[in-house]
Amino acid sequence: MTTLRTSLRRSLGFWAPLCLLGMTALAACDSTKYEQSTLNPRGDFARMVDHLFMTTVWWALLVFVLVEGALVFAILKYRGKPDDPEPQQIHGNTTVEIIWTVIPALILAMIAVPTVRTIFRTYELPTGRDVVTIEVIGHQWWWEFRYPQYGVTTAGEMHVPVGHPVALKMTTEDVLHSFWVPQFAAKRDVFPNRSNVLWFKAEVAGNFSGQCAEFCGIQHGRMGFRVLAQDSAGFQGFIARLKATGAPKAVAAAPAATPTASGTALTVSSTNATLAPQQPAPKPRGSHSRAAAAPAAPPVDPLVHAGDSVFHKRYPCAGCHSLDATKRLGIGPNLANVGSRSYIAGAMLKNTDENLAAWIQHPQRLQPGVLMMEMGVTDADAKALVAYLRTYR
Amino acid sequence: MATTVLGETKAHHKSAGHAPQSVLWSWITTVDHKRIGILYGATAFLFFLIGGLEALLLRIQLGRPDNTFLSAELYNQIFTMHGTTMIFLAVMPLSAMYFNYMIPLQLGARDVAFPRLNAFSYWVFLFGGLFLNSSFLFNAAPNAGWFGYAPLTERTYSPGLNVDFWLLGLQILGIASLAAAVNFFVTVLNMRAPGMKLMRMPMFVWMSFITQVLILLAFPVITVALILLMFDRFFGTHFFIPSGGGDPILWQHLFWVFGHPEVYILILPSFGIISEILPVFSRKPLFGYAAMVFSGIFIAFLGFGVWSHHMFSTGMGPIADTVFSLSTMLIAIPTGVKIFNWIGTIVGGSLQMKTPMYFALGFIAMFIIGGLSGVMHASPPADLQQTDTYFVVAHFHYVLFGGSIFALTAGAYYWWPKMFGRMLDERLGKAHFWLMLVAFNLTFFPMHFAGLHGMPRRVYTYSAESNLGALNFIETIGSLLLGVSFLIFLINVIKTWARQADAPADPWNGATLEWSIPSPPPEFNFVDVPTVHGRDPLWETKRQAGGTLPEPKRASGAGIHMPNPSYWPFLTAAGVLAIMIGVLLLPKVGPWGIIAGTCLLFFSVYNWAFEPAG
Repeated sequence: MTTLRTSLRRSLGFWAPLCLLGMTALAACDSTKYEQSTLNPRGDFARMVDHLFMTTVWWALLVFVLVEGALVFAILKYRGKPDDPEPQQIHGNTTVEIIWTVIPALILAMIAVPTVRTIFRTYELPTGRDVVTIEVIGHQWWWEFRYPQYGVTTAGEMHVPVGHPVALKMTTEDVLHSFWVPQFAAKRDVFPNRSNVLWFKAEVAGNFSGQCAEFCGIQHGRMGFRVLAQDSAGFQGFIARLKATGAPKAVAAAPAATPTASGTALTVSSTNATLAPQQPAPKPRGSHSRAAAAPAAPPVDPLVHAGDSVFHKRYPCAGCHSLDATKRLGIGPNLANVGSRSYIAGAMLKNTDENLAAWIQHPQRLQPGVLMMEMGVTDADAKALVAYLRTYR
Repeated sequence: MATTVLGETKAHHKSAGHAPQSVLWSWITTVDHKRIGILYGATAFLFFLIGGLEALLLRIQLGRPDNTFLSAELYNQIFTMHGTTMIFLAVMPLSAMYFNYMIPLQLGARDVAFPRLNAFSYWVFLFGGLFLNSSFLFNAAPNAGWFGYAPLTERTYSPGLNVDFWLLGLQILGIASLAAAVNFFVTVLNMRAPGMKLMRMPMFVWMSFITQVLILLAFPVITVALILLMFDRFFGTHFFIPSGGGDPILWQHLFWVFGHPEVYILILPSFGIISEILPVFSRKPLFGYAAMVFSGIFIAFLGFGVWSHHMFSTGMGPIADTVFSLSTMLIAIPTGVKIFNWIGTIVGGSLQMKTPMYFALGFIAMFIIGGLSGVMHASPPADLQQTDTYFVVAHFHYVLFGGSIFALTAGAYYWWPKMFGRMLDERLGKAHFWLMLVAFNLTFFPMHFAGLHGMPRRVYTYSAESNLGALNFIETIGSLLLGVSFLIFLINVIKTWARQADAPADPWNGATLEWSIPSPPPEFNFVDVPTVHGRDPLWETKRQAGGTLPEPKRASGAGIHMPNPSYWPFLTAAGVLAIMIGVLLLPKVGPWGIIAGTCLLFFSVYNWAFEPAG
């Protein structure tokens, strides 16, 4: 007994790291404080995966305790001294060896069965009239989101309606990326000239974090994005506002109120009452050239007016960035609703006036290697641009 | 083959008045498997330290959110070089050190089958490592990750020299690995002492033999893939460029058909080392020898049928996912058999708790964790969350550090007296072990959580809002301690080096033939080639002698034929390097570099082939 106790004391070192592991495990288990935690699913796909993962975790914990326990027990029990007699020379035991081959096989079967079942579900793209299809396009180092049902494009912030199945059709226009919204769905890599699919249904409203997970070059670490899960009204409002940026002024004033004018939105909004827009979208103010033509336009802030000309004339912003959600340039992120996005620059910066100005002036300082050039934008121009872009909401 | 009679060589050297400055020359021209082993070990350990320093730089950068210690570009270069270095320049050649030094000794042979090819392998490896690392001097270290996914590695997206250094460097290293694999494959089959049947071979030799088969089958695949990529980058082909009709997925398949067996190339020698140490320090034979051999073969065989589990997130379809998932899970069974047999070996034994045993037991404990997380992402849907996150980083460090590095370190403490004639200090050894065990877990265990909580791998920084700062800070502290633990090892080496080289031939009561000859062994290893009558031949001999054997005497070796030193392997290797430098400079100097290198290569091979015998 005393020998066991002394050996236990001597083997304190064995338990210390294990306790350490346990402590960090407990401390790290609170998944709610991590905004990209896979252990805190808020979508059906992620929940399904989490369920399967936890099955493997429990089996793994069981095996861990049994095998590590056997190892530590054997180490404590069979410590010898140099002058001890030679132990019995055992070369093997067929029965035992068969048993410890079969038991792991059975445990693996317990994991394999739900695994295979789940594999097939991951490929089942939802169908039905309430499905919102989003085309996801990876770029170095930003994400583009197109809504083919509505004919609009946005970037950096994906909007989805809560409770509606979302079908993602994903590709890339340059290198490989991997689309990942941990709380809604798992990852899928995107390939050029190939469409990969993913699906999920958001369970709650909120602003969720996503990130590129396949190394894609110098700014891979900053290729984040946001997913905004909204109620149907909010989502429809978002679509309406985007459509309005491309529609002639008169229609833009109340785009979704007239179903015929909302084009492809008809398919969803007319078949599903919960998706019907509840408020007319605000029209874009100070929109280039159209703003002047609008008879009922509110007085335009002179700064906004200056920003308009800075954007379109002084710098080649419009060469890469479209302010019209119905026109896809695909070179730089579409800016049709940049004024209302929660984050900018690959979700690196909160969308404050200061951050937006800093990004416009010094993209290379904030993200070296990013494809947006340093244009030498002056402080005054940056201020005007921010004011102008804020009108695109 | 060039041979000479040992006694005469020595006399000849003396009479020719070879001064002490020829020490360097003697190392350059050596074909002695033991000296080449030491060269491998010293070089690989140096690269291991470089790779470790790179890891520390990465960890410092990630120690807090939004850190600017490293720029994005430098971070990407360093993480790529960390992975490439640790795999190709540290773990593989550290294993090669033991292949070189121990396989002939354990087989009862006087050298490997092709001693000059052995020297060639080493020099090519050294040149490949220097070539890869020289990229830092041009601020153009590889920066596309160690598996270099196309099309990022294509000229369009990586116009610089970075990827050129990577693909040409790997090509050089592949030549070294293939040449060595041919050599050890033949050595194991042809150079065994009389009576050393295959099923009597020490487990380290068995696992090393399987490793050579894996290298022979896997490396040609990466060689082809790298040639295709080279063609894309230098000659405008489109193997991996979709707009030209190529396919980036093809690269992934080719890479992982090599890449997964590569994992077993990294771990199987470690399985062998552990299987040597546990019986010796348990004073009890390896439990289930045959099961250990066949599980090793089974792992290697299955290792070629699981490559796509690295690609679950590419969306291969449910059938492919299922097949590769099940085959991956199947590998857990022979791996489990190995772990249970190791535990079976120590059960009922009389454990002698020396430093090598500490590391061997630590290996088992850590490898179990790595194996279990491996089973977790054998499940494709779960892997869709875990792949390309720190969960995977944690997993492969548990198998490659907790596995390979623990085992290679165990081997270092175990075989040090044999290789250098000096015992390493036990107290420092155990301090090394405990600090390494704690620091290792501190560094890598929290990574499981960082990954599950959404931290992708290969990001040069992360935002404070992600809340991952605390976990990363712990990991960084752990990694610094891990660095300190290897300082203890270095202190141990330096301290004991000052002592006299007086280690006994058999300090641990060894079971295998290397312990039957003096430490360090003479150039010819065995005065008389031993005859083997069973497994654990030295234990058998000692039992028949009634317990212990007298310390073997150092014999002169006069009359024993040993291969002559040669500088042609060195020059041939230099030719290989020159060709690759020529390819690198192709856009600048045209084909002249390649032509010059090819001339050197052919000239050296010709002279090698017709080198007169001693």
